[in-house]
Amino acid sequence: MATSTTHGNGSAPTLPDARPPLPRAPSPEGEITRFLGWFSLGLGVPQTLAPGRVNRLIGVRDDASSRIWQRVVGVRELAAAAGIFGRPRPAGWLWARVAGDIKDLALLGVAWRNQEQRTRRLAAAAASVAGITAVDAFAAARMSRLPADVTKDPSFRVKASTTVRRGPDELYAFWHDFANLPRFMAHLEAVETRQDGTSHWRATGPAGMKLEWDAEIVSDRPGELIAWRTLPGAEVVHSGIVGFVRAPGERGTEVHVDIEYAPPAGKAGSIIGKLFGEEPELQVRDDLRRFKQVIETGEIVRSDGTPEGTEARRLVAQRPARPLERSSS
Amino acid sequence: MRANVWSGRNRVQVENVPDPKIMSSRDAIVKISSTAICGSDLHMYDGYMPTMRKGDILGHEFMGEVVETGRDVGTLSVGDRVVVPFPIACGNCNACRNEMYSVCENSNPNAGLAEKMMGHSPCGIFGYTHMLGGYAGGQAEYARVPFADVGPIKIENDLPDEKVLFLSDIFPTGYMGAELCDIQPGDVIAVWGAGPVGQFAIASAKLLGAERVIAIDRFGYRLAMARDEAGADDIIDYEQADVLATLNEMTGGRGPDACIDAVGMEGHHSHVALHAYDRVKHAARMETDRPHALREAIVSCRPGGTISIIGAYGGMVDKFPIGAAVNKSLTFKMGQCHVHRYLRPLLDRIENGEIDPSFVITHKLGLDDTPRGYEMFKNKEDNCEKVVLKP
Repeated sequence: MATSTTHGNGSAPTLPDARPPLPRAPSPEGEITRFLGWFSLGLGVPQTLAPGRVNRLIGVRDDASSRIWQRVVGVRELAAAAGIFGRPRPAGWLWARVAGDIKDLALLGVAWRNQEQRTRRLAAAAASVAGITAVDAFAAARMSRLPADVTKDPSFRVKASTTVRRGPDELYAFWHDFANLPRFMAHLEAVETRQDGTSHWRATGPAGMKLEWDAEIVSDRPGELIAWRTLPGAEVVHSGIVGFVRAPGERGTEVHVDIEYAPPAGKAGSIIGKLFGEEPELQVRDDLRRFKQVIETGEIVRSDGTPEGTEARRLVAQRPARPLERSSS
Repeated sequence: MRANVWSGRNRVQVENVPDPKIMSSRDAIVKISSTAICGSDLHMYDGYMPTMRKGDILGHEFMGEVVETGRDVGTLSVGDRVVVPFPIACGNCNACRNEMYSVCENSNPNAGLAEKMMGHSPCGIFGYTHMLGGYAGGQAEYARVPFADVGPIKIENDLPDEKVLFLSDIFPTGYMGAELCDIQPGDVIAVWGAGPVGQFAIASAKLLGAERVIAIDRFGYRLAMARDEAGADDIIDYEQADVLATLNEMTGGRGPDACIDAVGMEGHHSHVALHAYDRVKHAARMETDRPHALREAIVSCRPGGTISIIGAYGGMVDKFPIGAAVNKSLTFKMGQCHVHRYLRPLLDRIENGEIDPSFVITHKLGLDDTPRGYEMFKNKEDNCEKVVLKP
């Protein structure tokens, strides 16, 4: 079992190129975060370069001390902007912005107590900072909840492979009969193939959450590969390819799977996160492990500690290695 | 049923647990007539094996009577008397087809855990951590045997349990250790560790034609057994003698042609400071294994010779004398025993009277006395060499 595609012989097709393109949708977390990054930049540049003008604009007395404070705050804003644009998953920088906002409110509070400066402008500035604090907190909280692997890249890709002691034609045929897939794919409940060649997939997520989608085959080469893509309206948008490559010697067939999931957006995003946890590769690797078990041994291999057979969650939550109670059978 | 379960470091207890049942069509249920405590059980008892859970049934050396079979087990019938090999192997994957049963590619449902530590997973093993499958073990009245059409060997003679039980692990393990040495006429073989596996490595080296076998240990009664029962020609008590110097003297300065490490991860060193160094690192989990025997074997081995490792190791070692190994052109061979390949040939040797494996047994206890057996075996009380349990 391997997680990157390596081929046993030089003539093997390069599978990733054959994977169908994925429909993309922007994620709301990403949009808000980018807005906040530009906001930090827009504030930080004038604060650092022209602190006097900013002081007058927000109604603070313009003197040497307040200009130094403007520059300090400006440098902080520039750092936040760099952090937000430079990091794949800038939750930490967003929280830093929240902390900065609170400090800004405190500074404005100090200014407020000074009678000379109590103007409408100061009130407006305080209201603006309070508003942006709310947005910062919202974005930081959303970004913190997203699994790391989901936010690293707008979409994410899972690759896994295994070698099965059978010929490519037999493995291709077994996989192509989609009704077989739930026998080794832990989350799938059923797959029905329609007259027109499209298929309907039903899966169960954590806590019994039901997920459904339609898919179509976009490339089909008997004994070699099957590529598929979800149809519009799918709850888990993805495309994938499974390739069958004869292994060298008498070693059977290498099975390579390469799946790309759409960027997480709304419900589907959090569903993918929950389905795969922090390690989306584990699920696909375990599915392939079970595929090999079913083909080679005729069934899923079970132990007392892992009665359902290979499953990602069992790696952390084992039951004791002793027979199950009769009632749980 | 009654079963011996792990309940923490230095704690095992016999409890009532549910009876096993058939979980798949290739399973059999065996009513256990004899089972044993293995040296590798002590690694879990001592708390050095990760991924144990309270309530795990221990034990991987057992035999008994088939009382139920899954519908696809054509090779066994209810009433058959069988010995069960400790590695669980599917018989269908590339590893099994190449008779590398202990690296079966399918029998560990928790292969993902093992891959994190070792890159790839070995086979599942009865009663031997969750990383190696989470299978209930055989220190119990009954056990579920997966892939029962592949593993168990039928015993169709009237030999007592004591003579065939050790086909499950320690006899084939010791035998494989000797076989890996590729013994040639005139070869001198040194065996570190005169525990049960070491005894069978010594006896097997003699069976395979070694000119001379030297046993190394620190317990007089074990060395006496090695000499008087297993057939060692010479013995070295490493607390009394310098092993390297003694081996050189015994071999005309050449060093042994092959060295067998039958000690494994919880080795001892005669030098107090060196032992303390590894003991502390081991206890602090900075080093998972204490490789004294292995280090000494590497340094002692003749240039061009072979190191055969059958002692149980779990993780990492340090101060590994790789320079000595490379510059002396040593060959390393090792592995958990591929028990299935040795069952028939070794049963033949027992039936022919070439060896009686029961010589290692020093204690027979009822299953309920298992915790006492662990303590005796661990502390080498009452000259304990091998404990057989009768459920």
